[in-house]
Amino acid sequence: MPLPSDGLIQLTPEGLYCPAAEAWIDPWRPVPRALITHGHADHARPGCGAYWAVAAGEGVLRQRLGTDIAFTGVGYGQERRLGAALVSFHSAGHVLGSAQIRITAGGETWLISGDYKRDADPTCAPFEPVDTDVLITEATFGLPIYRWRPGRQVAAEILAWWRQAPRRPSLLFAYAFGKAQRLLAELAVLGVDEEVLLHGAVQALMAPYRNQGVVLPPTRPLSELPRSESLAGRLVIAPPAAHRSPWMKRFVNPQTAFVSGWMAVRGARRRRGFERGFALSDHADWDGLLRTVRDSGARQVYVTHGNSDGLARYLREEEGLAAEPLGPAFEGQRSEAGS
Amino acid sequence: MQAFADLITQLERTAGTRARVEALAAHVQAADAADGAWALALLLGKRRRRLITGRRLRQICLERSGLPEWLFDSCYAQVGDSAETIALLLPQLALPPTPPLELPLADWMETRLPALAALEAEAQAEAVLAIWAALPEGQCFLFNKLLTGGFRVGVAAGLVTRALAQVSGLEEAELAHRLMGGFEPSSAAMQALLAPLAAGAAGPISRPYPFCLASPLEAERLTATDPAGWQVEWKWDGIRTQLIRRSGQTFLWSRGEELINASFPELEVAADELPQGTVLDGELTVWPAQAPQPAGFGPLQRRLGRQKPGAALLRECPAAFVAYDLLEMGGQDLRPEPLGRRRAALEGLLQGLPEAARTPVAGLLRLSPVLPLGHWDDLEPLRQRARSVGAEGLMLKALDSVYGVGRRRGAWWKHKLEPMELDAVLLYAQAGSGRRANLYTDYTFGLWDGEGRLVSFAKAYTGLDDSEIGELDRWIRRHTTERFGPVRAVEALQVFTLGFEGLQRSTRHRSGLAVRFPRILRWRRDRTPGSADSLSSALALLEGSAAAQR
Repeated sequence: MPLPSDGLIQLTPEGLYCPAAEAWIDPWRPVPRALITHGHADHARPGCGAYWAVAAGEGVLRQRLGTDIAFTGVGYGQERRLGAALVSFHSAGHVLGSAQIRITAGGETWLISGDYKRDADPTCAPFEPVDTDVLITEATFGLPIYRWRPGRQVAAEILAWWRQAPRRPSLLFAYAFGKAQRLLAELAVLGVDEEVLLHGAVQALMAPYRNQGVVLPPTRPLSELPRSESLAGRLVIAPPAAHRSPWMKRFVNPQTAFVSGWMAVRGARRRRGFERGFALSDHADWDGLLRTVRDSGARQVYVTHGNSDGLARYLREEEGLAAEPLGPAFEGQRSEAGS
Repeated sequence: MQAFADLITQLERTAGTRARVEALAAHVQAADAADGAWALALLLGKRRRRLITGRRLRQICLERSGLPEWLFDSCYAQVGDSAETIALLLPQLALPPTPPLELPLADWMETRLPALAALEAEAQAEAVLAIWAALPEGQCFLFNKLLTGGFRVGVAAGLVTRALAQVSGLEEAELAHRLMGGFEPSSAAMQALLAPLAAGAAGPISRPYPFCLASPLEAERLTATDPAGWQVEWKWDGIRTQLIRRSGQTFLWSRGEELINASFPELEVAADELPQGTVLDGELTVWPAQAPQPAGFGPLQRRLGRQKPGAALLRECPAAFVAYDLLEMGGQDLRPEPLGRRRAALEGLLQGLPEAARTPVAGLLRLSPVLPLGHWDDLEPLRQRARSVGAEGLMLKALDSVYGVGRRRGAWWKHKLEPMELDAVLLYAQAGSGRRANLYTDYTFGLWDGEGRLVSFAKAYTGLDDSEIGELDRWIRRHTTERFGPVRAVEALQVFTLGFEGLQRSTRHRSGLAVRFPRILRWRRDRTPGSADSLSSALALLEGSAAAQR
């Protein structure tokens, strides 16, 4: 189901487009002006003429898209005029600097949620409920089997998992941008102040987080550790792509775990071949999605990603809202932040 | 039940064999005898009774949660298991906070669960909801599984007996024997199982011995030895069976530890002629009295699973037991004797049957002939004759071998007609295209790894006839555990003999092996998944064929 071709936001081959603001939101291809919800690779792509995003996310965007991008930083809740539209960025609680983007023009307001969660996360500002007429929401975990426990609780389990294996390296796989830092920050809250070792992909994101004042335990790239040094009892964080890669050769008898919302399901845990799965996500769970739709007061909802058909149908049939899936254009755009 | 739930979680999270055995042993050690007995029965898959259907449980969940049915289906499609889907949906039921409920596993299995099953309609729903509300998170899944009878753990029976051996100080072989022929979970059974040898009262008279198994031939290991040290026999294409005659009763046990007396009444009658305290190991075949060779696997299929066969079927498909080993004589366990001596005793026993009964009995209880072999050069020509006598290859057994428990490579070899053959378990199925659209005809099969897990090994598309395809398709739809797009994972229950032309090492396959021209040779309904071959058998084949080419 495409968006109406004369609406405030339209779906073009480049992605979501607002003619009034002459700007694209999280475009898939290079465009003159991009409004970016957050820095994950399926939302922030290189090659655009100008990038508008939350100032707190600048470091991450420059690190990923190039230091020389034309960047305009905006504060949360700050209203900016772009062409005939008023544009504001509101905290999405997904990762550092993540935002929902609200656009008003011609007496109508649209809200593009980007990726978001409702749970507490020490690395980013909490989700802000925003009023809108039309909502475009994600539905990555749009099934009622997905219901998250607090991040602190999962982090405590991870800490216990690490501590109970003092003679083995503990190799924790987590998405390099967002999840890894959230885990580190939760561990810091739990009192961890010893050095955690990082895969290069995770290491690359640490400076932007530290520069924003996020409290994290000391970290060091694994590659800087002398080869002779034992990894027994050490915690190492790496992106899931490193699992079963030659990078793992250095580890002698490691215990492995994957941190992802998908790990809520037993079959997914077994299929991925990690010893442990910790269900922790930076996306909204089922209740979080429903609550967000209700909080927004939207009269029309469009759903992208994941179980978009199912969530739209539920909103239509059970909540009496006008709701449609936005079609397959958004599928396959996910490359990194699928948790 | 918490301790058992913890054990299951721990087994799921532990990769190493030793750690798994230790977890099992620690659990058996700590558990009360009745709980331990139930844990054992569940781990060994000896208790799978369904008390409430998954459908009924789902209905209770839906009625309480108010979730639409289609949404439950979407969840199920993602999870692939209704007990787990329901457990994951419980937070949606907004159940009232309830003091936690912790009962021993035996209480659940013997009292609580059957009582729930006996309740009707609303009372049953209320009782289930009250339990869901009171159970700790991790136990809801287990409770649902036990209630719907779908409980399965990926633990090989061998690991369980090893753990029991650690706990009891008994030999694994002794424990494997004591576990044969069914295990009724009770504290008395548990105590009897772990009782020291001296104090051990004799087991039930029906109890079979663990079968001694053969490995696929590794030619180089054989040809390095003297042919005179081997007993060569045809490998019959029937079902492996133990015939027990004790205290005036007869028991016919299949390899899957099923009692098949009722399907073969004529063999029961024939066994009356055997002296008390006799146990024969042999092949159950369909073999008409005057025929030169057995009738093959098809007619045998007709007899299997048919209880109380009618006169017509008995006439058309007459059974015969082809004996090749004697495990007990005069009530004495002969398994520690070398094969040569057991064979002599077997021949003596069958010759000594009363003259008057010889004609019918000789037809029903036959002796598997020993084939003369002077040189290893004669082995291959002999094997090539197998098909002409209705056999599927050769068996080679070391004359000095004891009758061991399970598969111990080197003492018994099977040398099948096909260059390479393995029994594998159906794991996944995908619909075919064209004529086979919407029919699950593309199958993926697995072999056991060293950890008691099935690893994908080969895909096969051919070898079944249309009626078998239809039957298997219906079975697959009813036994799907998970869906990945068009692929269905099925319960690991169906065993097939796969034939193939060669094996190669491969890093692209999880098994580490690429299979050349695999096809299905037979649907082995007589086999249980536990009896399928292992990856190490496949590796041994690979090494064997590499050696042959050098």
